[in-house]
Amino acid sequence: MKPIRVISGRAVPLERSDVDTDQIIPAVWLKRVERTGFGKGLFSSWRDGDRDFVLNRPEYAGANILVAGPNFGTGSSREHAVWALMDYGFEAVVSSRFGDIFRNNATKAGLVPVQVDPAVASALMEAVGRDPSTEVAVDLERLCIEAPAAGIEASFPLDPFTQHRLLEGLDDIGLTLRHSLDIDAYEQGRRGWLPSVPVASPGPPSSSKVTAS
Amino acid sequence: MAASAPLTLAEKVWRDHIVRSAENEPDLLFIDLHLVHEVTSPQAFDGLRLSGRRVRRPELTVATMDHNVPTTSFTEPLEDPVSARQIEVLRANCKEFGIRLFPMGDAQQGIVHIIGPELGLTQPGMTVVCGDSHTSTHGAFGSLAFGIGTSEVEHVLATQTLPQSRPKTMAVEVDGELPSGVTAKDMVLGIIGQTGTGGGIGHVIEYRGSALRSLSMEGRMTVCNMSIEAGARAGMVAPDDKTFSYLEGRQFAPKGKRWEEALEYWRSLVTDDGAVFDKFAQIEAKSLAPHVTWGTNPSQVVRLDDAVPDPDSFAEAPAREAGLRALKYMGLQAGTPMREIKVGTVFIGSCTNARIEDLRAAAAVLEGRRVAPGTRALVVPGSGQVKLQAEKEGLDKVFASAGFEWRNPGCSMCLAMNPDKLSPGERCASTSNRNFEGRQGQGGRTHLVSPVVAAATAVAGRFASPEDLP
Repeated sequence: MKPIRVISGRAVPLERSDVDTDQIIPAVWLKRVERTGFGKGLFSSWRDGDRDFVLNRPEYAGANILVAGPNFGTGSSREHAVWALMDYGFEAVVSSRFGDIFRNNATKAGLVPVQVDPAVASALMEAVGRDPSTEVAVDLERLCIEAPAAGIEASFPLDPFTQHRLLEGLDDIGLTLRHSLDIDAYEQGRRGWLPSVPVASPGPPSSSKVTAS
Repeated sequence: MAASAPLTLAEKVWRDHIVRSAENEPDLLFIDLHLVHEVTSPQAFDGLRLSGRRVRRPELTVATMDHNVPTTSFTEPLEDPVSARQIEVLRANCKEFGIRLFPMGDAQQGIVHIIGPELGLTQPGMTVVCGDSHTSTHGAFGSLAFGIGTSEVEHVLATQTLPQSRPKTMAVEVDGELPSGVTAKDMVLGIIGQTGTGGGIGHVIEYRGSALRSLSMEGRMTVCNMSIEAGARAGMVAPDDKTFSYLEGRQFAPKGKRWEEALEYWRSLVTDDGAVFDKFAQIEAKSLAPHVTWGTNPSQVVRLDDAVPDPDSFAEAPAREAGLRALKYMGLQAGTPMREIKVGTVFIGSCTNARIEDLRAAAAVLEGRRVAPGTRALVVPGSGQVKLQAEKEGLDKVFASAGFEWRNPGCSMCLAMNPDKLSPGERCASTSNRNFEGRQGQGGRTHLVSPVVAAATAVAGRFASPEDLP
C-alpha cells in the first residue's frame, strides 16, 4: 500500500443518503476474480441511466474526493465497492456517517474515510456544488479536511493505529504476523470442544491459478 | 477492566478471544470459524499467493458456493462463463490451500449462513467471520459473528486473527407476546423501522426480552440476520435451552464429555446484571404487526394495514428526499393502501428466510390454494439439507401444486448475481433482506416481507396476509 500524507484536489457532491454498496458497485460486477478494473462499474446503474448524474458532468471530471450524504457504504460487505471508488480515481470519501464494514474495507485498501459533522458535510457539499473548482485537502497527519476558499476546516477521527498504518503504507497482515508468538500462545489455550473441520490433503498448485495485477 | 465488573454478552465473547491488547491499537482477536464463498475470496487467495503465505488454520475454514450458483440445475454447466470461472477458482483455491469445500451439488451445500448452524459449526461464544455482511445471522447462537471485506478475509486466512476496534454495545429489547400472524421477520423489520439503517452503526446489538426468547432458533437467526440492515455489524442472542437442543447431535457439535464441558461454559454466556449498554431501544411486542417495505432501504417500512407514506410529511430533509426518490423508483403513489399494490413475482428464499421453519410456514398458507394468474413464484430452499427435509415432509408438492417453482439451494433472487433476477419495473414480494435499487435485478422493485405474507401475496396477486385469503 502507498503511504498517504495529504490528498488534495477537487470534490464531487453526491447528494444522496444511505448510498449502499449495491449502488456503489452492482452485484453483476462481483463475478470477477480480479482486484482491478472495477472503476467502470462504479455507480453504473446511476451513471448509465442518467446523463445528469453528477459523475457524468464534465466539470467534475478528474475529481479525487467524493462528498456523500449520511450512511454512506451501508449494506453488503463487498470490498469491490472500495476498489471501484479507488479504480475510478477517488482517494477519500467524505460523509457524516459510514457503514462499519465499508469503513474498515476502505482503510485496509487505502481509501480514506473522512467522517465529519453533518453541518460540515453539508457545507462542503454546497461549496463544491456551487463551485466545482473548489480545492479540497485531506491531511492525514493532522486529521483535518480543508476547503479554504469556502472557509471550511474540520477535523475527522481515525484511530492512531490506522492513521499510522496509512501514513506509512504498512501491510496489515505483516504487522499481525509480528505477533505470531501471541497467536501460538492463544491457540494453546483454546477450548477442546471447538469445531474443527477435517481437511482434505492439500493438492498441488492448481492449473487454473489466477494472478492479481 | 476488573475481572468482577459486570459484562455484556458481547464483551464476554470479545474478552475470551483477545490474542493481544495494546494501548492505541485495536485488539487482535482470534477467529474460531471462517466461512468462505466464491464471491469475496478469490482476490484474498491471490494475495496469499503473491506474498507466499499459507492458510494458518485450514481446519477452521469452511467453504461453499452460494451467491453465484444457478438454482435450476446443478448438473448442467453454468451458462455465464464469468460465473463459471469464479466457481472453478474457489474449487481450485480450496484444493490448493487444503480447505473443506461443500460444492454445488453436494448434499450439504447451501447458503453459507444456513449451513454453518445446520452443520453445528456455529456454537455459542465463538467468533465467526465471513466475507458477507449477513454473517450476523450466526449471532443467534450467542456467537460474535460479523461480515468482513476481502482484505480481512486474506488477513484471517493468513493469521486466523483480525485486528478489531472494540465496538459499542446496544440492547434491543422486545417484551410481551407477539400478536398472532406476526413473525420474526416482522419483528426485525419493525426494529429497523424504528432505529433506521444507521441506528446500529458502530455497535453490536444484543436482542433481549420475552418476545425474543419466545422465538425458535430459526426465528432468532432471521432477526440477527438483519442486524446489518440496522447498521450493526453483529447481532447476538444469549444462548439458552433452545440453543442447546438445536445444537445437540449436529455433525460438528461437541459430543459426550465435551458436550457437558461446553454446556457449562455456554451457560455463562449471558449479560451480567448491572452491565451497561451504550445504547438502548425498546419495542412492545403487542405493537408489532405484519410489515412490508415500500421504499429502497429496509427502514422504509410500514404495516401491511397501512398505506404508502407521504415523504413530504417526514420531518428531516434527507429522509424526505430519500423517500421521494424511493417512491419514484418503486413506481408508487403516496396514500395507496399496501393491500392494493399488485405484485408480479414472489420470492421465498435467502439467508433471512429459507430455513425449514420458513418453508413450513409458507407451505401451510399455500395448502389447497393456487398462485394468482400471471404471478411468477419461486421457492429456493436455503440448503441441500433444508431441501431434503422439505421433500420428506412433502412441502415441495404443496409448493408445486400451488404453482411455485421448487428450486435448488443458493442465494438466488436475493442479489441478482445468478440467473434468478427481476426485469426492469417488475414488482416482487421477497423474503430476503435488502430492497435496495436494483438489488434483485436492474430496475426491479423489491418489497421485503415474511414468508407467510409472501405466500398469501402470491395467492392474492397483491399484498396480503394469510387472514385475508378466502
